[in-house]
Amino acid sequence: MKDIPVLRVVTKITIPIILLFAMYVQFHGDYGPGGGFQAGVIFAAAFILYGLVFGTSAVRQVVSPGILRLLTALGLLLFAGVGILTMLLGGDYLDYNTLGQDPLHGQHLGIFLVELGVGITVAAVMIIFFLAFAGRRD
Amino acid sequence: MIELINIVLLGLLVITALAAIRLHDLFAVTIMFGIYSLLAAAVFVVLDAVDVAFTEAAVGVGISTILMLATIGLVGRQEKPPSHRPLLPLVVVIVTGAALVYGTFDMPPFAAPDAPVQQHVAPRYLEQSPHEIGIPNVVTAVLASYRGYDTLGELTVIFTAGVGVLVLLGFRRRRSHMADSPEEES
Amino acid sequence: MEVLALYNYWVVIFLMMTGFYVVIASGNLVKKIIGINLFQASVFILYISMGKVSGGAAPILRETIQTYSNPLPHVLILTAIVVGVATTALGLALVVRIKEAYGTAEEDDIHRQDESL
Repeated sequence: MKDIPVLRVVTKITIPIILLFAMYVQFHGDYGPGGGFQAGVIFAAAFILYGLVFGTSAVRQVVSPGILRLLTALGLLLFAGVGILTMLLGGDYLDYNTLGQDPLHGQHLGIFLVELGVGITVAAVMIIFFLAFAGRRD
Repeated sequence: MIELINIVLLGLLVITALAAIRLHDLFAVTIMFGIYSLLAAAVFVVLDAVDVAFTEAAVGVGISTILMLATIGLVGRQEKPPSHRPLLPLVVVIVTGAALVYGTFDMPPFAAPDAPVQQHVAPRYLEQSPHEIGIPNVVTAVLASYRGYDTLGELTVIFTAGVGVLVLLGFRRRRSHMADSPEEES
Repeated sequence: MEVLALYNYWVVIFLMMTGFYVVIASGNLVKKIIGINLFQASVFILYISMGKVSGGAAPILRETIQTYSNPLPHVLILTAIVVGVATTALGLALVVRIKEAYGTAEEDDIHRQDESL
C-alpha cells in the first residue's frame, strides 16, 4: 500500500494527531472519559496504521521488539511498584493516601502513575499482537 | 427518546449477529463483527457508559478486527460448508435461551433506580469519591483506586496474553507458503 | 410497558445464543473465535444494561447533576474488554499454529488427521 500517495500522505498527517489524542486520553482520564486502557489502545492504533501502510518492518525500525518486550513488563512493574511504594511509606498495598502530603494529593499521584503503567503495558502488548500476526506473513 | 434509540440499536445488533451466522466468507463475518462492536459501543453511549463505549470502539472495532483479518490472511478466508445438519446445535441453543429468558422474569425492570444492583456499593462510590479521591470521573476512581488490586490482576492477564502470543508466534520473520488468500496485508 | 422492561435482557440473551450457536455449529476455528467474541460482547451489554438508572447521567461528577448511572459495571466491563481482546489474540495465535501444523483450520479435518495417526 506504500505506492498510493494519498494513503501515504494522509497516514503521515494523522499519526501525530492519533498519538496526541492518546496522550490527551491518558492524562485527562481523571476528568473526562478515558484512562490507561483506552489510551494504550489508541496509542497502539497509530503504530498499527503505520504498519498497515508501510509494512511491519517499518514499525520494527521505530520500536524494536526488544524495547516492546521491555515496555510490556515495565508498565506492569510500575503498577505493582506503586503498591510496594505505598507499603514502604507506611500504608496498605495500593493505598495511595500516603504518596502525597495530604490524602487527596496522594490519590491523584497514585492514580496518575497506575494509569500510566496500564497505558504502557496495554500499548506495548497491542503492538506486539499486531507485529506477531502481521509479521508472520511478510 | 433514549428508549427508542436503545430499541433500534439493539434490533440492528440482532440483524448483524444473524448475518454473521449466515455468511460463510470469513472476511465478511469479520466485518460483521466490526459493525457489531461499533453498534455495541453506540448502545453503551446510550446507556451512559461513555468510558466503556470508548474502549469498545477502540478495541472491538479496531484491534480485534485487525487481528482477525490478519489471522484470516494466514489461514484462508473460506469456511468449509458444514458437513452435518445444524439441528442439534439449534435445539441446544433454543433450550438454553428459553431457560435464560425464564430466568429474566425474576429480574428487576430495566433502568429501575431501586434495583438491588444500585443499592450496594455504587451509592457509596458516588457519594464518597469526591471526598476520598477527588477526581470527577468515578469510573477512573473506582478502576485505579478502590479496585486497584483488581485492575492489577487484569493487567497481569494482558501481560500474560502478550507473553503467550510471543511464545506462540514470535517476532521472527518466516515466509509463509500456506496462506493463499487474495487480499494483501501490507 | 412490561415487555419493554425486560427487552434489553431478552435481546442480550438472543445475541448470546447466536454467539453460542456459531461456536458449536461452525467447524471453522476462526469463526468459532468470532462466535466467542459475539457472546462476549453480549455479556458486556448485559452488565451495562444492569448499571443503567433511568434519568441518570454518565458517572462523571458535575455540580448540577443529581442522578448517575452505576459506575461499578462500567469498571468491570472496561477492563474485561481489553482482557477480552488479549485472550482473543491468544486464541487466534493458537489457530495460526494449528493451521501451520495441520494445514487446515477446520475442526473435522483436524479430527480426521488425528484419528488416522
